[in-house]
Amino acid sequence: MTLWTRAPASTSRRRRFSGKEALIAYACLLPSIVVFAVFAYYPLYALVQEALRQSNSFGTASRYVGFSQFSSVLSSGEFLSGLAHSALYVVFTVPVGLVAGTVLAVSAHRRLRGIKIFQTIFTSTVATSTAVSSVIFFVLINPEVGIFRTNILNDPRWALLGVSFSSMWANLGLCFIIVLAGLQAVPDELIEAATLDGFGAFRRFLRVTLPLLSPVYLFLIVVLSVFGFQAYAQIVVLTQGGPAGATQTLVYDIFNSQTPNLQGVGAVMSLGLLVVTAMAAAVQFSILQRRVQYGTR
Amino acid sequence: MSAVPASRTQVHHVARRARTAGWYLLLTALAVIILFPIYMMVVRALSTPVTYFGRGSPLYPVDVEWGVFRAAWDEGGIGRSMGVSTVATLLMTGGQVVTAILAAYAFAFLRFPLRRLVFVLFIGTLMLPIEVTLIPNVQTMRDLHWLNSFPGLVGPFLASALGTFLIHQGFRAIPTELLDAASLDGYGHMRFLTRVAVPLSKPVIASFTVIAFLGAWNQFIWPEAVSTETHWQTVQIGVAALSATTPDHSNIAFAGAIVASLPLVVLLVAFQRQLVRGLTAGAVKG
Repeated sequence: MTLWTRAPASTSRRRRFSGKEALIAYACLLPSIVVFAVFAYYPLYALVQEALRQSNSFGTASRYVGFSQFSSVLSSGEFLSGLAHSALYVVFTVPVGLVAGTVLAVSAHRRLRGIKIFQTIFTSTVATSTAVSSVIFFVLINPEVGIFRTNILNDPRWALLGVSFSSMWANLGLCFIIVLAGLQAVPDELIEAATLDGFGAFRRFLRVTLPLLSPVYLFLIVVLSVFGFQAYAQIVVLTQGGPAGATQTLVYDIFNSQTPNLQGVGAVMSLGLLVVTAMAAAVQFSILQRRVQYGTR
Repeated sequence: MSAVPASRTQVHHVARRARTAGWYLLLTALAVIILFPIYMMVVRALSTPVTYFGRGSPLYPVDVEWGVFRAAWDEGGIGRSMGVSTVATLLMTGGQVVTAILAAYAFAFLRFPLRRLVFVLFIGTLMLPIEVTLIPNVQTMRDLHWLNSFPGLVGPFLASALGTFLIHQGFRAIPTELLDAASLDGYGHMRFLTRVAVPLSKPVIASFTVIAFLGAWNQFIWPEAVSTETHWQTVQIGVAALSATTPDHSNIAFAGAIVASLPLVVLLVAFQRQLVRGLTAGAVKG
């Protein structure tokens, strides 16, 4: 936090706040503050309120139940299976993203004629939204009309993995971009020095490049985990939560708990998702800040 | 083995040639894997479904029918939803860029009370993605009668903590002496912001603009929640809805998916550098 506790641009000017300057500052901040207050912090307050109240089965009335709803929802099969599906989705997509991003970036990080074309192709999945990539995979792995007529999406044991294929492919562009940027930041002198020391290409990558890429991988792990936990469009397009609820993730459950009788349940699940996301965001911010510190000379 | 022993340099040369060829082979293989799904989308969009299935789903287009794009645009509703997406995306991108520049200016150049608290509250929003706040936000929109409207579609996305940080980082690189000099010249904050700070931070602002556009265009869960009428569907929702139709009309869904991706293809080609820089600094969901 050191960076931010220090006064902004003018460390030399030690003076008290001027009223006019503070007024201008808040005028500049006002638009963002309003948006954040109405659409981020008020909802947080509303979620806590809702989580403490339980609706009757018709959704016509609700009563204060305190924290009992937390324990009942958080230990319910629906929440736990939703959480498990979301976690599995992350487990499927993150390692594949790291490995595939590395393979693509290492292959395209060299001086060859036409390498820019390959780099653009490797980036191309960035131009497909989750909805579009899901529609594409719908045609690839659909049991009736797919290219590969697998039954993967109709089999409760495999459906989640099947859905995650679309994310693995759609994430390729992003993973490639991020690892490539990391590779390009590795100083040439280090690689040359390692070569002079008799390191072969493989050992050079393992002992010199990979350690230097660790912040890049951390960033990628966080980003892909957040994407994984937020997976929603894929499931709507490919399976609608089925078969037999095998692809109902936490976010899918939250979206479908918008009926009045489930308000409290949905609120508790949202707060559960918040805890998971918050941990990822905390790591993301610490990376962001470290980058700021290295970035300023 | 040739009769004449090859010289050392010749062997070297051949080995290098082979290695280069190997890399091209690998790069091509990877490119094929990445492009294959996109290629199949095009094949399926162009082929008339009944004939295509009749031929056993080949890897090339069958009975090509270009009218499918027109069908997707008109009957498929993609034209209408492209309009909704375009307006909503421009509003969100413009809104985020403007509010982020203003907030970043305050954090970078101004001293004000509770600065630290305000800053922490800005960071805090990173932990409150729309998936978490979905239910109460939909309720807010219902109360405001903003379901099925542009204010409803864009409201929560008119400010960005990520954008504020990225642009703040750009502003911090501006030497303090410049602010002092400008104020001696009689520049007010407004003029310093528009004439000095923003022009000097163009690269980072451009990068953020590009990723803000990308994120806005690709939104799914929020527009699905607040557009209950077909009329207010964004193109992502429209494409997902088309994909749920019968296999006999699946070509229309793929044509719609292609149309929905075109703005991003333009973005990727025209602003690749900004896109790469933006995504490296802070990834947005695709």
